[in-house]
Amino acid sequence: MSDAVVLARGVGKVFGAGAARVEALTGIDLRIDQGEFISLIGPSGCGKSTLLRLIGDLLQPSTGELIVNGKEPRQARLDRDYGIVFQQATLLDWRTVRANVELPLEIMGVPKEERQARATEMLSLVQLQDFADHHPWQLSGGMQQRVAIARALSFRPALLLMDEPFGALDEMTRELMQQEVLRIWTETETTVVFVTHSIPEAVFLSTRVVVMSPRPGRISQVVDVPLPHPRDVDTRESDDYYRLITEVREALRRGEER
Amino acid sequence: MTEPADRDLDLFEPRETDVFAGFEGDIPGEPGRIETWIRAYGPAGVAFVVVLVLWEGLTRAFDVETFLLPKPSEIAQRFVVNFDVIWAAGFRTFFEALGGFVVGGVMAVVMALATVRWSAVREGLLPFAIAANTTPIIALAPIANNWFNVTSPVSKMAVVAVIVFFPVMINTARGLLEVQPEELELLRAAAATPRQVLRLVRIPSALPFFFSSLKVASALSIIGAIVAEYFGGPQDVLGQYILNRANLFQFPDAWAAIVVASIIGITFYMVIVVAERLAMPWHVSLRKTDTA
Ligand SMILES: Nc1ncnc2c1ncn2[C@@H]1O[C@H](COP(=O)(O)OP(=O)(O)O)[C@@H](O)[C@H]1O
Ligand SMILES: [Mg+2]
Repeated sequence: MSDAVVLARGVGKVFGAGAARVEALTGIDLRIDQGEFISLIGPSGCGKSTLLRLIGDLLQPSTGELIVNGKEPRQARLDRDYGIVFQQATLLDWRTVRANVELPLEIMGVPKEERQARATEMLSLVQLQDFADHHPWQLSGGMQQRVAIARALSFRPALLLMDEPFGALDEMTRELMQQEVLRIWTETETTVVFVTHSIPEAVFLSTRVVVMSPRPGRISQVVDVPLPHPRDVDTRESDDYYRLITEVREALRRGEER
Repeated sequence: MTEPADRDLDLFEPRETDVFAGFEGDIPGEPGRIETWIRAYGPAGVAFVVVLVLWEGLTRAFDVETFLLPKPSEIAQRFVVNFDVIWAAGFRTFFEALGGFVVGGVMAVVMALATVRWSAVREGLLPFAIAANTTPIIALAPIANNWFNVTSPVSKMAVVAVIVFFPVMINTARGLLEVQPEELELLRAAAATPRQVLRLVRIPSALPFFFSSLKVASALSIIGAIVAEYFGGPQDVLGQYILNRANLFQFPDAWAAIVVASIIGITFYMVIVVAERLAMPWHVSLRKTDTA
């Protein structure tokens, strides 16, 4: 049996108190193994981002137990066990593309030569080696998001957390980016937790889709996605793909009705 | 029960982005340097000349009395005749303004950094600073002349320092504090220390705010120094020169001194604009636009 990268037992999160109290998550039980690609899907407000932030120790759970890479999330964060990508690329305008990718390494105190070598490697991984000396604003949205991915992977974290990373991209770019992210996932053997509210995106990318429902946010079903790898355009046209999309859609609808 | 507003960007409209539309590097057929320069400064230059010609023409045509509004030609003549005296006074006034600007600016930056470090400063002092910034601090000038030796430039510098302090402090603090939450989360995810957050994100984000407040402060510092001089002190400074000449009905002389004050003020401003460009060539307002 492989090692659990994320282990959640009865995790809940409450924001605010009194009239402003929001039960964002309740009773989350989830195990994510090394090398999985997990999507969190569900309607807006069902706690997907909250769960991702709990795993990343950007928020702390109100109840339950959460283990990341065998430690407290805080320790995992201090050990730089994960990289994170948001919906907005969040690149620093005053840094070149290369310097943005080097940012986490700089924070970690990695020596300059190693930093440069790693940035070069990561930029070729996301196929942006020719744009190293550009500034973020000179890049298209899709390219910016690839830089953000390169930055998140620059220190080779065991876990990659992505919160609707392609939510602001148009459909064409989105499909290219999905392909890209699958390639990177295969090449780096990173475990990925990917938040989305696109059903086809979740099915295409994932090894398992975690379907969530709102009020209070919880996991309503987990759908296995046994589509073969590597996945490509043909995958998108296969019957199994459509069948799984339907399955996730129905799981979502059942979650809403409950 | 009402639905709480969704904190994240689910409502965000998908943006049109084109993955193939990369940056194309230098734009071919870019206009030459001189042409760019003319395009940038031409309109202002033309407007300046037009105003001068109208001023000269109208004051002549309507025979406006010199004590009301002298002709530009008269002012120019006095400017030449009194060149040495006025510029010497101008440099003394500028020295006061610069001294106050540096002292006030440094104190402002220190306080702004303190707002990041201590919430007591942020919550206790910042509101006072904001209130003080909207009061006419220049009214302090006679009091500062009283506190410090009125014959010493320090009394004028003190006024300027106080005037410069508030806008620079408030704007810099805003820049340091109003960082995008995602940028902070990003650094937190990388386990950055507070010092690293300050150096890598807060200070660069504050630079645009800092420089625009410096531009305001540069103008305020010259005004502050001259007004402080009106309330007494040595005679060989711009404020006293303007005051004395006006009392003697030598208005073209006073206007010539005002011209010098303007030249100094504009030059000071331009120096800050250049510093701004050097410090943050990446900023939106300074990017080379690729539209012809
Ligand atoms: N920092 C916060 N303070 C208060 N409420 C929050 C905060 N973050 C999220 N929430 C609430 O928690 C719920 C889940 O939010 P979120 O995890 O962002 O949902 P999703 O990402 O699935 O759209 C929402 O009702 C949201 O309003
Ligand atoms: Mg979200």
